[in-house]
Amino acid sequence: MTPIYEPWDVARGGEIIAQHSHLEGATLVILHALQETFGYVPEPAIPMLASALNLSRAEVHGVFTFYHDFRRAPAGKHVLKLCRAEACQAAGGDALAARAEAKLGIAIGNTTADDLTTLEPIYCLGLCATAPSAMLDGRVVGRLDAARIDALVAEAQR
Amino acid sequence: MTMRIFVPRDAGAVAVGADEVALGLRLAAAKRGAEIEIVRTGSRGLYWLEPMIEVATPNGRVAFGPVTEFDAGSVLDAMISDSAHPLRLGITDDIDWLKRQTRLTFARCGVIDPRSVEDYTAHDGYKGLARALELGTEAILAEVTASGLRGRGGAGFPTGIKWKTVAQTGADRKYIVCNADEGDSGTFADRMIMEGDPLVVIEGMTIAGIAVGATKGFIYIRSEYPHAVAAMNAAISAARRAGYLGPRIGKSSHRFDLEVRVGAGAYVCGEETSLLESLEGRRGIVRAKPPLPAHKGLFGKPTVINNVLSFAAIPFILAGGAKAYAGFGTGRSRGTMPVQLAGNVRHGGLFEVAFGITLGELVDDIGGGTLSGRPVRAVQVGGPLGAYFPRALFDTPFDYEAFAARDGLIGHGGIVVFDDSVDLSKQARFAMEFCAIESCGKCTPCRIGSTRGVETIDKIRAGERVAENIAVVEDLCNTMKFGSLCALGGFTPYPVLSALKHFREDFGPAPTRLQAAE
Repeated sequence: MTPIYEPWDVARGGEIIAQHSHLEGATLVILHALQETFGYVPEPAIPMLASALNLSRAEVHGVFTFYHDFRRAPAGKHVLKLCRAEACQAAGGDALAARAEAKLGIAIGNTTADDLTTLEPIYCLGLCATAPSAMLDGRVVGRLDAARIDALVAEAQR
Repeated sequence: MTMRIFVPRDAGAVAVGADEVALGLRLAAAKRGAEIEIVRTGSRGLYWLEPMIEVATPNGRVAFGPVTEFDAGSVLDAMISDSAHPLRLGITDDIDWLKRQTRLTFARCGVIDPRSVEDYTAHDGYKGLARALELGTEAILAEVTASGLRGRGGAGFPTGIKWKTVAQTGADRKYIVCNADEGDSGTFADRMIMEGDPLVVIEGMTIAGIAVGATKGFIYIRSEYPHAVAAMNAAISAARRAGYLGPRIGKSSHRFDLEVRVGAGAYVCGEETSLLESLEGRRGIVRAKPPLPAHKGLFGKPTVINNVLSFAAIPFILAGGAKAYAGFGTGRSRGTMPVQLAGNVRHGGLFEVAFGITLGELVDDIGGGTLSGRPVRAVQVGGPLGAYFPRALFDTPFDYEAFAARDGLIGHGGIVVFDDSVDLSKQARFAMEFCAIESCGKCTPCRIGSTRGVETIDKIRAGERVAENIAVVEDLCNTMKFGSLCALGGFTPYPVLSALKHFREDFGPAPTRLQAAE
């Protein structure tokens, strides 16, 4: 299922921050919550978060940029993550990744020009005994072969 | 009579269609007017047979697999009439692959409803906690120490000593932290147990809390594991409702509660001090040790930080006694190890076995060789930071010291199998590249060494001054091994040096490599 995100709204952002700011070490929890709501972490949320947690903007920016998961801009409508780690490599994952790149006309780490599909690497979904594996909009898929990767790519272009 | 059918909701089974099978069974049952109850369990760990579903019969559960949604009707008919079916595997407990295991930690995984405290206690759950409450702090620590349990995350540090250190450190607050940042490729045991028997992890952490005097615990789960996050959260709520978490654990005077925290895609956060930084809401930058987390851990307080499997081993040790656990294994590696067979392997899955079994038995006999049918050329044991072993080392027994003696490590127990199409210089390059992507950047050997490593291996692969550049890589590896702050930079040399040592023919200009492969 395609995730549905809300457009950025200062009041809503403040509400999310307030909801979690009592937690011990709340920064990551709030960044996750913001991204779950808006699909990315909007720039104006960073100083709001900093002031709520009594941190500097630089500190929050540093945390935000350290982790691969957090986005500074919305992703495509669909996010297709292909596992690029060793177990999937051993099971032929490299060739399937190249196939997906060719079908979409983009390299891994990019979004198609029509903003429909973001293709990303992921380092291990823990599905190493049913490799190669992938995740499309949060749904896990294993035992990929050429036909299954084609079907996933087609689904990610809809 | 209502027929009870067990369908896994393990992510590995769901990835190959378990949800569709469950739906197919419901539709087929409605069509036939058959009364069925579908119990969503964890996985038994026989992944080549997933989705593997089971039906309760008077003789025990009968398994079918691998089932697709299109088989749901015919499998249901075979279940109803107790008749033959091409996918029928017989009584589950009699399946050879399961029978040959020693399932202590994974005894309930795939058997029970992971979200039901009732089901958990009906299958010996919370017996460890009951005994722990009788024993008290000192005796719990003695039991854990006597069991010989060593940290299952990879480092293999004795768990009892770690706990004792925290217990003896005075503080107004202490924490229990579960490292569920299972980022190593080829490993999935943490994910499986969190999805299939999360209460055993909760019970283990609760016992740790009682032993060291901590009242709050965190489980740090990687974001790549959404199913495990959901399963852990559901189990925590269930445990709270049943009085196994909260102000009076199991009607005792002990207080303990848990919170799940989700990582954000940083491999280095599997390193314990980096994980603690991340839990505190900061960049996952490795801390220099000392101070040890046992003295100054989370928020500067004494902290027990253990891997999922270490905590999951605790309830058996308390319930069955340290001797029962230590009775398994070999040398200084006591108990069992949930070995994970992955990659290009015919029978991939989780095989819990006492230490001492050889690598060859695991790969050839239990794993059944490659899925592609081509010869096994290399296996990587212990994740991205583990060594590549050739067939010549298949007599290595699976234990911490035996692997270390051969410049390898068992790590978290994952084995990734490669056939003869593998190019080990490419794998060595990947090890360096992965280290460069995931380095936290604090220490120079890891941050710069990994990038230099990629560049130099590229030169070797291009045939540029091969011998000199191999010497550079070896030198870099030594610097990384002895100069890095944590295992990311410190262990990346394992895959690189082992590839160089055992598969030197792959390091050179492409034509030589191609000839060597033929």
